[in-house]
Amino acid sequence: MNEIDPIETAVPPPRLVSVRKGRLEAAGKDVTAPLILSLVVIALILVANPLTNGVFFTANNLTNLLRQMTTIPGLLSLGMLFVILTGGIDLSVGSVVGFSAVIAAIATVQWGFPVWLAFLLGIATGAFWGLISGSIIARFKLAPFVVTLAMMTFIRGLTYVFSEMSISTRDFPAFTTLGSAVVFGIPVSTMIMVVFFIFGAVFLNLTPLGRSTIAIGGNRETVRLAGISVPKGIITAYVISGICSGVGGVLLASRLGNIQPSLGGAFELDAIAACVIGGASLSGGKGTIQGTAMGVLILAVMNNLLSLRNVDTYWQSILKGIIIIVVVLIHSSSSKRRGQ
Amino acid sequence: MSLGCVDTNGNARILSEFSSVSRRRRKEYCMYSDERQRSKAQNSPKHGRSALCQHALVLRDIRKSYGLTEVLHGINLQAGYGQVVAIAGANGAGKSTLIKVLAGAVPKDSGDLELDGRPLNLKGPRDAIRQGICTVYQELSLVPELSVTENLLMGVLPRRRGLIDWSAARARAREILSSIGFGAVDETAKTRDLSIAKQQMVEIAKALVSRPKILVLDEPSAVLSGSDLDCLYALIGQLRDRGTLVLYISHRLGEVLNLADRIVIMKDGCFVAELDPTEATEDEIITLMAGRQIEVIYPERRKSFGEPALTVEGLTRDGEFDRVSFLLRAGEVLSIFGLVGAGRSELVETIFGARGLHGGSISIGGNAKRFDSPAKAIKAGLALVTEDRKSTGLVLDHDVCENINLATMRGFLLSPSQRRANSEMMIKKLSIKPDRCRNMEAWKLSGGNQQKAVVSKWLLTNPSILILDEPTRGVDMATRAEIYQKIDELAAAGISILMVSSDLTEAVSMADRVLVMRNGRLVKELDAAETNEEEVLAYAIGGCGE
Repeated sequence: MNEIDPIETAVPPPRLVSVRKGRLEAAGKDVTAPLILSLVVIALILVANPLTNGVFFTANNLTNLLRQMTTIPGLLSLGMLFVILTGGIDLSVGSVVGFSAVIAAIATVQWGFPVWLAFLLGIATGAFWGLISGSIIARFKLAPFVVTLAMMTFIRGLTYVFSEMSISTRDFPAFTTLGSAVVFGIPVSTMIMVVFFIFGAVFLNLTPLGRSTIAIGGNRETVRLAGISVPKGIITAYVISGICSGVGGVLLASRLGNIQPSLGGAFELDAIAACVIGGASLSGGKGTIQGTAMGVLILAVMNNLLSLRNVDTYWQSILKGIIIIVVVLIHSSSSKRRGQ
Repeated sequence: MSLGCVDTNGNARILSEFSSVSRRRRKEYCMYSDERQRSKAQNSPKHGRSALCQHALVLRDIRKSYGLTEVLHGINLQAGYGQVVAIAGANGAGKSTLIKVLAGAVPKDSGDLELDGRPLNLKGPRDAIRQGICTVYQELSLVPELSVTENLLMGVLPRRRGLIDWSAARARAREILSSIGFGAVDETAKTRDLSIAKQQMVEIAKALVSRPKILVLDEPSAVLSGSDLDCLYALIGQLRDRGTLVLYISHRLGEVLNLADRIVIMKDGCFVAELDPTEATEDEIITLMAGRQIEVIYPERRKSFGEPALTVEGLTRDGEFDRVSFLLRAGEVLSIFGLVGAGRSELVETIFGARGLHGGSISIGGNAKRFDSPAKAIKAGLALVTEDRKSTGLVLDHDVCENINLATMRGFLLSPSQRRANSEMMIKKLSIKPDRCRNMEAWKLSGGNQQKAVVSKWLLTNPSILILDEPTRGVDMATRAEIYQKIDELAAAGISILMVSSDLTEAVSMADRVLVMRNGRLVKELDAAETNEEEVLAYAIGGCGE
């Protein structure tokens, strides 16, 4: 008999796939970007050991890697992220690093300040510059690019006014302690950076002011009509960027022992790069602390690898350029919106 | 004359949903236009494209939807060269969309376009211009920093040895402007320095540079007055005599009656009637524009109201609105109707503190208030659902939860669980679809659901006065009914509703009282139960009743 088994035909096709898909969609979170970033980090670490003949995974190198990423891109990217989230950009971070470092060193060496006060002074100047940039941008509605470009050259010039030559802090062991201290193989400066990242995440995700910075970048007018102060949010972002640069500058000064007024030149580029690699959008409103942390790791591991392989710095620069483009391409293709 | 007669002449005019009024008014198009053409041919021997009764432009069952909302429900039109066809309709009737389809700015969903008997498939605005269809939009599209000459001749600047020949260009621009009677415009001036009226004239001149066969004018007279208007009317007459087909969109019924050879009435995405301007009256046009809308059932009007909640006295903002006074009671729904540009949105945004106030006073519950920022207005119990949810209502890239909680972020630390609970509650309460949209980006929602998300945001602030600016624009019928139901519930709970609407039916049927605004003035306050759509529209247009 050519009987067709009714049960066989009645059984619907397995719906596992659609259910899973449905769940992902219901969650609505874009999971592709963090996934890709993690894959990049893992891939980098996997190739790291064979490429460097085992040098990468030595305690010495790892400590060094962590210490090197503290200021740049580390802290600077964190501050830069807040500014980028508002839809702005802060080109002055490198100059602020130089200024804070020089001020902290001068305060210790020439003005006889206690080291802790000198450090605080360095950080405070960073916050001050952020306040100035943010206020000009928010009050006069000027383009952040132009304002921070002006601040960049202004602050750099002012740094040279304070000190034309490099300042040695070798006679002040207290000054260099913070930058060189290592606990359980982890540099203290890196710990400070991690604490800042945690504070940053809490601030961004759990405070009204933090949420307002990202909402401002998403749609300024909507935020204004929701009764939130847009200038306050913008100024906050630049002050955070200033503080991060100030802390970064002080930690860097403490590590180097010999502070030049040119310190921090072109640092803003790596800071922006880390944010962008981490999925932040330069038009604002999009970006996460985790993503930026990933971006920092990727840049730092890559720099470390290439240095260990004795790759020329210009080749490092070329490779970095390629990586930025590739990662951003992946981000943009995974977040196409409204068919535009 | 009957429809059968039209058909035997080979000129089927398929107009959908005639009202009984329009049935009486229908004219046998071909014979009518024959007469026109003949008389014109006799009067002007130079008449070019003279093929009698040949249809230059044919639209057959043109449909267009934005998302789930169909805005053009099958438009049919046939028009010949040497005609001025006026298209009249209230806000949101679909005129602009129709124009955009003709201009190639938005693609049609279905239906056929024919030009000179050949099918027309527009791939973009450039395509339309190449085919001889030029459109002058309401919004100006000139480059403000460039001179009039450059704007006029953009893309066709005369050259000599590869470089732009400026003296020839200026002479050409001069010639174009004076040939159409716009000689008063200085061709060397920077466009931004011209008055809006002059800019409008440049805009029209620019459209004529490529000598279009069909010229579409979207409310060209809105910013013109006096002698400039006369120039425009003269120009349109001149173009008609030259054999150009002019499609003319306007709110000014007087000029429509004087200028047009045919008047087509548009309502809710349909052509509902065609009138003969020699016989039609303004009242008749208004009646047809107002029409009837039967799809949505409105809740019953509320019966009792509480104390005055919002009183505004002599509210003024220079150039936008002037000495507006009204009173809104608790539990009342007050609608503000007016044509686009009457100053309604500006008025409510000023009440909400989003725009500076130049004069007058606002009091909430009897206490005089002055809001210099929306934050203060929100504190006083106001909420404003803005007209354009995409540009001012939502952060489109952020998720629904974020958007719903945006206006209620207070204190030092936010509670993620509270935010989740709030958004889940509002999603359920207003049945925002899909159910589990909390973590979806707002742009993924449909228009109606986006609107519900915006309303949710404001309901969380516990407003006592809810201002809704065009609450149902671009919202499908089903969601509309839900929104109306919700408005009624809120009013019943004692919340005062101030609703700006361009939808005539909604403005009358949903409200307890209707305020009519025209050119920044509050011209009339009407009891919604005793008025009708015709009356409201008449006041808004200013055609009659004054």
